[in-house]
Amino acid sequence: MQLHRSILESNLQELQSKLQEMARLSLDGLEQAIESLKRGDTALAGRVIAGDDKINQLEVDIEQTVVVTIATQQPAAGDLRAIIAALQIATELERIGDHAASIAKVTIRIGGEKLMKPLIDIPRMATNGKDMLMKSLKAYEDQDSILAHEVAADDEDMDLLNNQIIRELLAYMVEDPAKITQGSNLLWVTHNLERIGDRATNIAERVLFMKTGETLDLNR
Amino acid sequence: MVANTMTTEAPQRIATAKPVVAERTEKTGTGRLALDAQDVHVYYDTFHAVKGISLPIHEKEITALIGPSGCGKSTLLRCFNRMNDVVSGVRIEGQILYKNQDIYAAGVDPVAVRRRIGMVFQKPNPFPKSIYNNVAWGAKINGYKGNMDELVEKSLRQAALWDEVKDKLQQSGLSLSGGQQQRLCIARTLAIQPDVILMDEPASALDPIASSKIEELMLELKKDYTIVVVTHNMQQAARVSDRTALLWLGELVEYDETQTIFTNPSQQKTEDYITGRHG
Repeated sequence: MQLHRSILESNLQELQSKLQEMARLSLDGLEQAIESLKRGDTALAGRVIAGDDKINQLEVDIEQTVVVTIATQQPAAGDLRAIIAALQIATELERIGDHAASIAKVTIRIGGEKLMKPLIDIPRMATNGKDMLMKSLKAYEDQDSILAHEVAADDEDMDLLNNQIIRELLAYMVEDPAKITQGSNLLWVTHNLERIGDRATNIAERVLFMKTGETLDLNR
Repeated sequence: MVANTMTTEAPQRIATAKPVVAERTEKTGTGRLALDAQDVHVYYDTFHAVKGISLPIHEKEITALIGPSGCGKSTLLRCFNRMNDVVSGVRIEGQILYKNQDIYAAGVDPVAVRRRIGMVFQKPNPFPKSIYNNVAWGAKINGYKGNMDELVEKSLRQAALWDEVKDKLQQSGLSLSGGQQQRLCIARTLAIQPDVILMDEPASALDPIASSKIEELMLELKKDYTIVVVTHNMQQAARVSDRTALLWLGELVEYDETQTIFTNPSQQKTEDYITGRHG
């Protein structure tokens, strides 16, 4: 077993770089999805949806590397936790890609129709989500548990913002039933953004697991 | 980077002077101790091979002793039934309690100790006798008065060998395959009706299938016996044992539930050893 350490190390590196690639693609997807919504750019939205395939493929690749590593290298302790965490983080990133694609689908459903109000809080929420995601990935790379806890604290702001946007959109819809269709679509956007915050928090939980072997529920 | 940070993180987990011996839990076994090593030192002439190890062995559990070659694990194992007594120049200090009695106390008969605490060795070593007599031998010289046929059958059944040898009990034990010979040696140990079975690398000379049969057998035997096993095969320790002790240069580094040792050890040295960083 001692002799195979170099293969294990290189598999761990491979997992790390594939996760970084997934993270970059998911962040780009989220940014472009919100941009497409703001501009009513259905072509851009189409590209976000198409780009999700690449993220999905990376998840499959990571799963394969994890399975092969466990089967051939018999990782233990910290190595094993790092590998399990990589698999779980890949799942979270894949779902974040799906959330970005869901937002892009809203752009297509709205189809260039004028927005009921200029988007301010939704992009703010998206920026918060992106920041949380970047922070959780930095915590993963640096094994930084303080940063991981910060992500959980940020998620509370995200939930507050979400509730505020929901109330606001409901008020618009009550006032003018013609806005219900678009309002519902925008509610779906905020739901997806709120879930991105939760998933960034899940990644932070995985960082803590990797570091300590304990699972904390940060998503309260 | 994951791999690099894993080696440098958590400075607080670098091995401390005292070994970590986890608190007892009652998830497996009976909650009682079968053996209790207390501050055991072993010297071979001037070489200090085991340096003050205290290790409780839990009844009806499998305890694995792991560590690099020369760490003292086999020496410690042999202390548990006074097998080191026959090595010249050996000196043993400390106590090993069996049923609250020190097996090294004056007046304790080592042969009586070995009757209660049997041993299986790395290389199968059947006697050049029939399969039947291999099993019956120890019981016979220990003055067993019961039905010998029954004892032989029961022991061979417990060793998961009966079905393979029941029609050729008079054939030589040496005619069996390596894995069968090892199970025959286990049957021979069981025939003496011990409480504890010590196993020194019991599967290392066997192929993977014979080896996995021994592992299955160990899991079966722990319902009735306490097993202490020395192994170089960490996956084997991880698969079969309830508790694992890591020894290093004659000292106990960490002793905990096997699950904890292999997923989240508390000592950096344990982490390094089981992940192949050194050893």
